Amino acid sequence: MTDTKPITFRIRRYDPDVDTIPHWEEHKLNVPDGMTVLEALHEIKAEQAPTLAWRSSCRMGVCGSCGMFINHLPMLACQTQVLHLGTDVVTVAPLPNYDNVKDLVPNLEPLIQKHAAIKPFIILSNSKEIDEPTGEFIQTPEQRDEYSQFTFCIKCGLCLAACPTVATDPLFLGPQALAQAYRYTVDNRDCGLQERLEAIDAFHGLYQCHMAGACSQACPKGVDPAFGIQLLKRTLVLDSIGFGKKKSSLARVMPLADVVKAIEEFAPPPRTV
Amino acid sequence: MAKVHQFDVVVVGGGGAGLMAGLYASRTAKTAVISKMYPTRSHTGAAQGGIAAALGNSEGDNPAWHMYDTVKGSDYLGDQDAIEFMTSEAPQAVIELENMGLPFDRTPEGRISQRPFGGHTNNETGKPVRRAAHAADRTGHMILQTLYQQCLKNKVNFFDEYQVLDFIMVNGKAAGVVAVELSTGELHTIHAKAVIFATGGHGRIFEVTSNAYAYTGDGAAILFRKGIPLEDMEFFQFHPTGIYKLGILITEGVRGEGGVLINGKGERFMPRYAPTIKDLASRDVVSRAIYTEIKEGRGVDGKNYVYLDIRPETVNKFAAEDGRTNPDGSKFNLTAEQVLKKLPDIIDFCRVYLGVDPVTQMMPIQPTAHYTMGGIPTNKFGEVVIDDKNTVMPGLYAAGECACVSVHGGNRLGCNSLLDIVVFGKHAGLRAAEYVKTAEFEKLPENAESAARSEFDALRNGSGKENVFDLSNEMKKVMFADVGIYRNEKDMQSALEKVRELKKRFKDVTVSDTGKIFNTELLNAWEFGNLLDIAEVVALSALNRKESRGGHSREDFPERDDKNWLKHTLVWNKNGKLEIDYKPVVITKHQPKARVY
Repeated sequence: MTDTKPITFRIRRYDPDVDTIPHWEEHKLNVPDGMTVLEALHEIKAEQAPTLAWRSSCRMGVCGSCGMFINHLPMLACQTQVLHLGTDVVTVAPLPNYDNVKDLVPNLEPLIQKHAAIKPFIILSNSKEIDEPTGEFIQTPEQRDEYSQFTFCIKCGLCLAACPTVATDPLFLGPQALAQAYRYTVDNRDCGLQERLEAIDAFHGLYQCHMAGACSQACPKGVDPAFGIQLLKRTLVLDSIGFGKKKSSLARVMPLADVVKAIEEFAPPPRTV
Repeated sequence: MAKVHQFDVVVVGGGGAGLMAGLYASRTAKTAVISKMYPTRSHTGAAQGGIAAALGNSEGDNPAWHMYDTVKGSDYLGDQDAIEFMTSEAPQAVIELENMGLPFDRTPEGRISQRPFGGHTNNETGKPVRRAAHAADRTGHMILQTLYQQCLKNKVNFFDEYQVLDFIMVNGKAAGVVAVELSTGELHTIHAKAVIFATGGHGRIFEVTSNAYAYTGDGAAILFRKGIPLEDMEFFQFHPTGIYKLGILITEGVRGEGGVLINGKGERFMPRYAPTIKDLASRDVVSRAIYTEIKEGRGVDGKNYVYLDIRPETVNKFAAEDGRTNPDGSKFNLTAEQVLKKLPDIIDFCRVYLGVDPVTQMMPIQPTAHYTMGGIPTNKFGEVVIDDKNTVMPGLYAAGECACVSVHGGNRLGCNSLLDIVVFGKHAGLRAAEYVKTAEFEKLPENAESAARSEFDALRNGSGKENVFDLSNEMKKVMFADVGIYRNEKDMQSALEKVRELKKRFKDVTVSDTGKIFNTELLNAWEFGNLLDIAEVVALSALNRKESRGGHSREDFPERDDKNWLKHTLVWNKNGKLEIDYKPVVITKHQPKARVY
């Protein structure tokens, strides 16, 4: 633990109040074995760059705050050890495919809106069953395992930063929302597929994915959203030809409604300020 | 001038308690949830092992046993009316979460699966009971995500990334809060009839902690500065198994699944300290046992750590010695595959931060500052009570880790924190919604945000002789060393003096960032001010309690003293001077007796 290595951190800085465009700043640090990028940023802030801004909280890869573009890959700063990167210069930039609020802080509002658009919750024909429950639903381990991995999502947004489709079509729902749509749709307690179709079976929806699979590579929790998207496609196709799982009676391919409309309709209440 | 918004109920904090309160209050009242992070970033998500409820899905269990275990776990300092309320609400609370879509692990029959956890016992046999409902080792994450998604469904209003700076009190009643919008630096006044604080704990006063950077005791500090007392602040839980040096938590679920603690000599040592339930004794007991092993030279390589071992061959060997069986009576046999499936996050943490694979190697662990038992005093409905007669402050509520109901007393049982946030978050929300039906808005004072503004100005205009990082490191070191697992008069006295010195030096801090957008330097400095206020209360409360009880262990007073100290501490801030007083513990069914595991 005593050996250290000098590393140059190339950090992208941007304060819209002062800068017209972002610029790069370099900071040198002696990095001990085991130090994460997040810890390095803290040290740089303490000693060299007090105004540097980023988000972080749990420092153990569960809160999803510290997604950054580290050596040109979307990663959680708290889960990335500097010396494991194997480069003498480490570049740190805000996540791409999002607007930049300041320094390493991306504007994650689209992630949140898209997530909300697919109605990420159990939908029952009788919602009273949820509000005033009388007992637990039976769900076998096998039924649980059908969607289990998709519940590990921490909404860090790395998958959208990695996604080439989002890069060309910012309105594409993206891997996070679609994987969540699958997670709920396949849950044996849910019958909300038809309600979700307007958002997912739409121009900027499910079929925009061209299977680059970058999302699954980027996910820090081992979720495979690309697989989820494929499974969701199968679910929709089976549903449309009448072989869907008994959950709904309505079998049809939705007209290509614009997802923007769906987002407006199903978005959380407008920001109150 | 700050922007002004108006809501019936405003919830401060977007973790489990805050979301639960927001969810229930918004059913009938116009409600907003204000959070300094996106709600899903909250530290509820780091809770691992499970949520306790006597569902009895795997074997016989009973809320009355759960109540007794909690009372005993609290070292008889918990208020028994509140504990009985919580444990009897527990099964319904878990079912409610399940209905909301929470992906609990399941039994082969499809019921919610439960596992043993520290201090949870079958009261007839004294053996561990399966009471912790769990979703792998990510139960808190699942609760947080599920509640957030329910809030989306119910269209709860969110103010994401707004830091609440001040509480507005008018005529002795709640009237709202002042907050800064992180992305613009603008101040906002949120006018409300009822305010619910759910801002979490303050583990960041300690050097080695499992707590997130965000855990800076904001809510408790804000109210404390307004003259509202803090209760039982000397009681802080040190979790036995944090990753060596980093403090990152390794869930008690590891021991629930059969994991054992091993000292530097390769011995399993817990049977010497807790002959009946061994490695699953309550947390304060296990933390002290580890500390004692280290102090007596049985740490690993003479260092400050011991091992936690979940390797299947070790687990199965000791399970056979203990006569442990599966719920159906068959032989207990843990496989590497089960370890991977049941404890995926733990495996990840160890691989990422330690380079250790728990399936084949032992994990180096040391106790880590984990949970705030004390906090803002409330009754069992989440109403804040402001004196020794439990007088309610109209319109003010608190729930979750920032609150002290008190259901955890001197020491919290594992899985009772998730239960606490769900039960008391819900009831604080319901109670507040009921209150605003008849209450009127208090008139806002002129320039309600001026106090918050001047706190920021002070941080910008200090002499600059001191810097926050140095002061913060000094505080954390002294609090962990001197007001930590073992305490004594001399060390605590010097810690208290040190904290007071740091408070003085804090006035000489200056923030160099003059920007408005995401000024984290300014916010971190302000948060550190909260930690200092809290640390002083913790040190003072601990110094004054001359006994050992639960998480408060004094070398100079090693015994529990029910005659003099079966009472809750209350500390007030009276114009900058701290005053201390006590109030009685509510005892209904279980008279204090010696606590043996």
